[in-house]
Amino acid sequence: MKPAPFDYVAPRTVAEAVDHLGRHGGDARVLAGGQSLVRLMNTRLATPAVIVDINRVEGLDAIAVENGSVRIGALARQRAAELSDVVRTAAPLFAEAGSHVAHPSVRRRGTVVGSIAFADPSAELPAALLALDGEAIVSGPDGERTVAAADLFTGAFATSLAPGELITAVRVPRETAPRSGSAWVEVSRRHGDLPVCGAGAVVTLDEGGAIASARVALCGVGATPVRATAVEEALTGAEPTDDAISRAADRAARDLDPPGDPHGSADFRRHLAVVMTRRSVQRAAERAREGAPNA
Amino acid sequence: MPEKVRLNVTVNGVAHDVLVEPRTLVLDFLRDDLDLTGAHAGCEHGVCGACTILVDGEATRSCLMFAAQLDGAEVRTVESLASADGALHPIQQAFTEEHGLQCGFCTPGMLMATVELLEHTPLPQPDDVREALGGNLCRCTGYQNIINAVCAAGPLVAASQGTATTRTEGVAA
Repeated sequence: MKPAPFDYVAPRTVAEAVDHLGRHGGDARVLAGGQSLVRLMNTRLATPAVIVDINRVEGLDAIAVENGSVRIGALARQRAAELSDVVRTAAPLFAEAGSHVAHPSVRRRGTVVGSIAFADPSAELPAALLALDGEAIVSGPDGERTVAAADLFTGAFATSLAPGELITAVRVPRETAPRSGSAWVEVSRRHGDLPVCGAGAVVTLDEGGAIASARVALCGVGATPVRATAVEEALTGAEPTDDAISRAADRAARDLDPPGDPHGSADFRRHLAVVMTRRSVQRAAERAREGAPNA
Repeated sequence: MPEKVRLNVTVNGVAHDVLVEPRTLVLDFLRDDLDLTGAHAGCEHGVCGACTILVDGEATRSCLMFAAQLDGAEVRTVESLASADGALHPIQQAFTEEHGLQCGFCTPGMLMATVELLEHTPLPQPDDVREALGGNLCRCTGYQNIINAVCAAGPLVAASQGTATTRTEGVAA
């Protein structure tokens, strides 16, 4: 199995990388961890004319707290993020979701940002970014801009990035509120497979113990990861009892029109959306009560 | 034809200065250019783990990386394990004794993933092995003997080195 021929460039700076991407537009692909892209190239589902290998760009692998946010650079490996104290304490949903991505040897090369830019609608990290209300920091020919997660995913394997743009980092708000907790749950056919359906929840309780705010995002139920807004509305102000959470979670499938495939029919995915939502919110609420943001 | 890429890479302690076509996978570079056929071409799209090697100490699927990316890297393949006189590495010894293989096709990947695991976790428990080798497929053994072999290899490797290595997984944040 051989990829189609391509030209290879290995820029040393973001500016050089953006310059290459701008010149070659849609003919170029960014190579970071390569755990999705090279697979597609080996099977010739992707045949880019130019590969822009960003692995030699200095400084893109940082994971740091910055102005109340956690910033994960484009070359931070999934395994590094999953094991990072910063991510585990300040954005634990990312660490928990990340531990479900493929296998350790894949996560050691695969990058967090690469998985998000690849925008697989079944993948964990794009949905986690959405649940965390995160954003992408994008460099392009016209400079830098930020794109909210809600505006980033436009379809299956499609983002709102223009040709010539590069995500240099993702940023998620630091989880600092007391009485907040998060949880990621998923169902996959085999350990390490992409989930049939997964859900990430972030729950904050008020001083009286009721739900002050809840955010839930799902993967595997449509062309993009989706926020379960009807569930979030039903949870806001509710007591975090099993009964109230179950009733709210029942709304998760309402607006979904998931695809059916050999891994799961549309009906099964709608069913899983409800169950995954319920379990993720229950676990996040438990953690919020215990005052521990992570497991 | 795309321009070839100049590459300096050390493979099993031997330095190479070569030109490669950009689309050459590390797997094919090892097998076809260096005649190191230990890393096996299984699925060739990142599913089976039979082509696992170590790049700068990290278990890597050699079918999901281009040789052009190896400039300056240090690569170890399964050929680096046994001594020149044919004496088996303790991990290979453990796989033999515990019947951790039958046909042997997956074994090079299993062995190299084990090398990495034992560098991080010198005395792994069965669940550590399941997690670390979960991405390596075997169609013969049913896996249990592989898990036994890796657990048995830990003390053998530690004994052969005098002391266990203590490199930790933690990543400076």
